[in-house]
Amino acid sequence: MRIVATDCGSTTTKAILIEEKDGVFRQTFRGEAPTTVEEPFADVTLGVANSVTELQELSGYKLIADDGTIIRRKSASDPDGCDLYISTSSAGGGLQMMVAGVVREMTAESAKRAALGAGAIVMDTIASNDRRKPHEQIQRIRELRPDMVLVSGGTDGGDTKKVVEIAELIAPARPRPRFGGEYKLPLIFAGNKEARSTIERVFSGEGFALSVVDNLRPTLERENLGPARERIHDVFLEHVMAHAPGYDKLMTWANAPIMPTPGAVGDILQTIAKGRGINVVGVDIGGATTDMFSVFGGVFNRTVSANLGMSYSISNVCAEAGMDSVLRWVHLDMDERELRNRVKNKMIRPTTIPQTLEALVFEQAVSREALRLAYIQHKSFATTLKGVQQQRTVGDAFSQKEAGGSLVDNMALDLMVASGGVLSHAPRMEQTALMMIDAFEPEGFTEIAKDSIFMMPHLGVLASVNPRAAMEVFEKDCLVVLGWCIAPRGDVRAGRLAFEFTLRQGNEVAAQGQLIGGEMRLVRFGHGEVGMLEVRPERGLDMGAGPGKAVTREVRGGSVGIVLDARGRPLKLPTSANERRACVEQWLKALEIYE
Amino acid sequence: MAKAFTPGLKVTARTTYRVRRLLPVTGEVRVKVGDRVSAETVVAETFLEGDVFPIKVAGMLSVNPTELMPLMLKRAGDTVQVGDALARSKGIFGMMKTEAKSTAAGTLESVSESTGMVIIRGAKTPVQVRAYVAGKIIEVIANEGVVVETDALFVQGIFGVGGETWGPLMVAGKSHAEDLREEHIDASMKGAIVVGGARMTAGGIRRAREVGVAALISGGIDDADLRDVLGYDLGVAVTGSEKIGITLLVTEGFGDIAMAKRTFQLLLAHVGKTASVNGATQIRAGVMRPEIAVPLGEASSGEIFTGGATAGILDIGTAVRIIRDPHFGLLGSVSALPEQPAVLGSGSKARVLEVALESGQRVIVPRANVELVGE
Repeated sequence: MRIVATDCGSTTTKAILIEEKDGVFRQTFRGEAPTTVEEPFADVTLGVANSVTELQELSGYKLIADDGTIIRRKSASDPDGCDLYISTSSAGGGLQMMVAGVVREMTAESAKRAALGAGAIVMDTIASNDRRKPHEQIQRIRELRPDMVLVSGGTDGGDTKKVVEIAELIAPARPRPRFGGEYKLPLIFAGNKEARSTIERVFSGEGFALSVVDNLRPTLERENLGPARERIHDVFLEHVMAHAPGYDKLMTWANAPIMPTPGAVGDILQTIAKGRGINVVGVDIGGATTDMFSVFGGVFNRTVSANLGMSYSISNVCAEAGMDSVLRWVHLDMDERELRNRVKNKMIRPTTIPQTLEALVFEQAVSREALRLAYIQHKSFATTLKGVQQQRTVGDAFSQKEAGGSLVDNMALDLMVASGGVLSHAPRMEQTALMMIDAFEPEGFTEIAKDSIFMMPHLGVLASVNPRAAMEVFEKDCLVVLGWCIAPRGDVRAGRLAFEFTLRQGNEVAAQGQLIGGEMRLVRFGHGEVGMLEVRPERGLDMGAGPGKAVTREVRGGSVGIVLDARGRPLKLPTSANERRACVEQWLKALEIYE
Repeated sequence: MAKAFTPGLKVTARTTYRVRRLLPVTGEVRVKVGDRVSAETVVAETFLEGDVFPIKVAGMLSVNPTELMPLMLKRAGDTVQVGDALARSKGIFGMMKTEAKSTAAGTLESVSESTGMVIIRGAKTPVQVRAYVAGKIIEVIANEGVVVETDALFVQGIFGVGGETWGPLMVAGKSHAEDLREEHIDASMKGAIVVGGARMTAGGIRRAREVGVAALISGGIDDADLRDVLGYDLGVAVTGSEKIGITLLVTEGFGDIAMAKRTFQLLLAHVGKTASVNGATQIRAGVMRPEIAVPLGEASSGEIFTGGATAGILDIGTAVRIIRDPHFGLLGSVSALPEQPAVLGSGSKARVLEVALESGQRVIVPRANVELVGE
């Protein structure tokens, strides 16, 4: 079997070829070409054909016909063409939505979760208690030009008045769709089922294409995001994609519905988390935005940090984090005025790449801050349901967690997956590992991997038509295991012992030693190696079993190995510039970051 | 291999420039095909729907929304002023009646029996679209706007702030490499499009705003000075709507950088003519760069330019500008295009090219770090 998959990004269309050889699916070739959604081309299929032409040249299979379409095989013995073609898309700014609900922390937040989970960028969330006056809300709705609107509100059988009020704000505001003045703005209602008939009446005028699905918050204690997410995907295909240049043609080529890129990434991560029974955090840091995904205890969340990115948004990262925060990761002398100008030059010429080591060090420092800020946003969004009545026993009084607490727990995190230019294309894998560790501050035992060539979107769609192929390629070709981060939670004391470790392979001791507070060390442990790592933290430091308690776990090797991090959590860098620089230099040297 | 396009900025002595001038919503077009227009001619106008003001009338009268309709004193379509009674409660035995008064002026649009909310629609706001460049109307898009055409000197900048403006073209300073400073600006430049050489300094910008210069154009600007002008640190390059009383446009980038000599000389050759400038920049999908157009008369050049991103193919001899440190801003021509990727100083592997600089020196840079210069 031969599968061609493309991901049409804002700037680049990436194609991969997947082949079944000796009963196993492997990704064999990749190609890319500029995306052609914009003028003067205005036809996405040209870029798709160009990227698949690269696959053709590299693989030797004829995949593109003379008329520019993708060739299909009639039988398995046919030398030319492919058996399956699938695609994702984030071109033209992806899927942009406005969501609304009654209570910001409850139905509006659930609506936002549904939209984000479907792969959308949420432009704004309107709620009765969002601290804006109704006319300000209306003004905002009029300014936005979303691809579609999702309205929720009320639990089934509850009060209908509030959700109708929200609808009555949206209807007269008459938001206009982003593409084309001709077509009606798609609006999905996923609120109190008792309000449906009134909602239908409110939106019965011109300008809206209303569809109604099951309530996404049927009771306070339960979210039911599936029907809304599915409807978002349908509307994305029927309305948004159908109006984007060339997509009508692309849809006829594809064997599965075209998915928004982040929606597909979310799908594959959920599949992995479920399959392995682990907690996962995935990140995709792009030029304009950073997408963050997590699965904790089986609950999936996605956030998009709209203005945290490494090119279009690099200036915003520096403004939001502050230049001091960026420069704390830098061990070289840099002139701030010149840096600020360089940041702006990158913003206005986003496709340039660092040529010098100094430029690379600075970009990687910016990426730590972009990731750190995006993770903070994610943690505050990925929470348990708010507004739920908690039933507690006396025993809970000592360990009670409030409703709405973050689901993200760095100690429970098993796997971090890195993707996006600055992480995927870092010249050394050690750099990728350290950027992830500095930004996310994983605790206990955490495996780190990267998406080799940003294949997760392709595999997310593939999972919907051929789950076995998707899983096999994910494990063998997509994920590159970098290694492990071993870091105790708690405050370390500089110069004092933080923890001892012993790595055993069978009965042999492969490595052992002590880490003092503030120190980092790298134990090389390559692909295919497996061992048992015992970590004995000092009093007050926690490796997952409680303060001072030893933990032993199996670890697998990777391109980097085992990073022993005795800097403590939360991570605190020295305030004195000289001390800080000395520390950063020690860490970079210990992990062989720029050697 | 698929074609590898390299971005570039259009700088051309003469091109047929077409610009679409459209209303945000449908309206009336004021000109017809063949009409000659100046930059300030109103080509189309319309009215934007008024603001919407929701008023919770049922709540104000303490009645159920379903009981509101008979209590309404105003009906859909009625004009209301601030303070007008919209509805009156029955009171107790006809006494102690409560009135719900309008907090907004406009037209009563709807009354909801579900929520008891009354929607008042404010007065419409007029919107006019001007021609922006002097030229000829070559197309009328019914109820939406027009296409204006002219032959023009056309220069795409790399970044700008502030919107559309026009005025006589003037030059400050003596060369493309001279910073645009305070002493270069004088009162005669009020309302003018002023071209400087290298970086526009904070003093130069301040003086230009005091004098009332319409637009300043130069090679570079310092990030700190931009922050001072805007009052905030610009996070993403989506500009054009700033209300700063002046349009600023840089042709090369941020920092100390001279305007390309050719660009400076092209602009210098047209001093005194009316130039149209737009600082609006959008560096996202659908790239928009700031621009300067100096109309030169009837369309005749044959080549037609309608704005947007430009790109071309790299070849030996192609004129390029290096757009990233350590050689940022230097101009030269491509002298070699090695097929194999090379390892950069950063440790990354990338496809590179060799540039013969104007100084005669040859440098190796990533292909991603150059842009095309020229026509």
